[in-house]
Amino acid sequence: MMPRRGKLGRLFAGVALAAAAAFAAPAWADNELDTYKKMLADPFANPGNLYVDEGEALWKKPAGPKNVSLEKCDLGLGAGVVKGAHAKMPRFFADAGRVMDTDTRIAWCREQLQGIPFADSAKTAFSARGKKSDMELLTTYVANQSAGMPLSPQLGHEKEKEALAIGEALFFRRGSLLDYSCATCHAASDTRIRLQPLAHLTENKSAGKVVGGWPVYRVSQESVRAMQNRMWDCHWQMRYPSIDFGSEATVALVMYLTKMGEGAPVTAPALAR
Amino acid sequence: MKRLFISLLLAGACAAPVAAEGIDPAKVEAVFKASFSKVPEGWASRLVQDETQAECSKYRDNPPAAAADAIVAREKKNIRYPADGKLMGDWEAAIKDADNGAGKRSTDDPTKAAGGNCYACHQLDKKNVAFGTVGPSLLGYGKDRKADEQTIKETYDKIFNSQSVLACSQMPRMGANGFLTPEQVRDFVAMLLSPDSPVNK
Repeated sequence: MMPRRGKLGRLFAGVALAAAAAFAAPAWADNELDTYKKMLADPFANPGNLYVDEGEALWKKPAGPKNVSLEKCDLGLGAGVVKGAHAKMPRFFADAGRVMDTDTRIAWCREQLQGIPFADSAKTAFSARGKKSDMELLTTYVANQSAGMPLSPQLGHEKEKEALAIGEALFFRRGSLLDYSCATCHAASDTRIRLQPLAHLTENKSAGKVVGGWPVYRVSQESVRAMQNRMWDCHWQMRYPSIDFGSEATVALVMYLTKMGEGAPVTAPALAR
Repeated sequence: MKRLFISLLLAGACAAPVAAEGIDPAKVEAVFKASFSKVPEGWASRLVQDETQAECSKYRDNPPAAAADAIVAREKKNIRYPADGKLMGDWEAAIKDADNGAGKRSTDDPTKAAGGNCYACHQLDKKNVAFGTVGPSLLGYGKDRKADEQTIKETYDKIFNSQSVLACSQMPRMGANGFLTPEQVRDFVAMLLSPDSPVNK
């Protein structure tokens, strides 16, 4: 598997570089990249799909100090129901007393059912290059079990409404050394950083396409990345310290982004740069 | 009444708020701060907004006139100049620095100066096609202006503290926030205004 993934990454990077270096018209480069994305989105070619099967096996395998599987995990639709659960995240979980997204809930289940400390899941949630992380495998499997279903963030509970309000405020919150907010880059259409087109996350169609795809297979990183990684990455670029995995702020932001993309189908794992 | 006016303005001008109206900003700040359990030494201040950041967040970067005037007045006082007073530096150093996006992230070497990363948002040199479009193109900036003392100072002030010119500008307050040094800022002034700079070729 590894050489194939490495080769794919190099191929894609090579095409991107060639497009950037050789052509002055960025629109052309975007189209070429789109063509490659389409080719790579073929279910037999997108390496993210390998994570789905591996993640399912991991979900069902006894593990951790308690040596049990995650099959009894309650992802919001009752213990053991995986199908359709991701499409209804984030949501309030009475047993945890807080709102969680898919990533956070899986880490919580690992602690409760398997005895794997939440902090350990947090620490290993983002894989190092060339080594798959259990969290990324599990999240990809769970998200893929909602493929084709519309994003439907849950907003019936007071805590869910509060998460949405906080997430929205955080999206427009400016701070740190560069005065950025999420909106600096993601509240307009047809803009880009360098040659990278930016998603317009306050617009339903654009937000839905992006949010519905996560976790994504990121070609530049030769790995699947889940939404908590995206939250960490943006805050890192904004010159903040490392934001905590599963923190209230990240889950609130995921709630807001999912609300913005509401109704779009889950396509995870999609393919991204 | 004023509040209603602002609400209407926001609803019209930006993405329609879905829920954030009515949420206490102090609550938002508390949630944000609590979401960072490991803060490197000297980084705590990055989690706390200054007055300008708080105002721009509150108005979603569309402050009413009085708030905008107050921001510009405050930020005008927040500009420092190089000790020798020279505001035109070295464009050759700047054009390299404009291509550097590293600096002051948690994984960067803290002893290294941060890059300006101008290309992330601006077009500068015809030959570099990997430019972003979040900010306006600066191609030919020096051709459109006479590089007199006033223009040099205005250019310096804009880069050092964008909000001394435009309240809630999307451009970072590069110098005022301590991201770039006054010496780096004056190099960027030369990059924009020098006739020899590729920006003006």
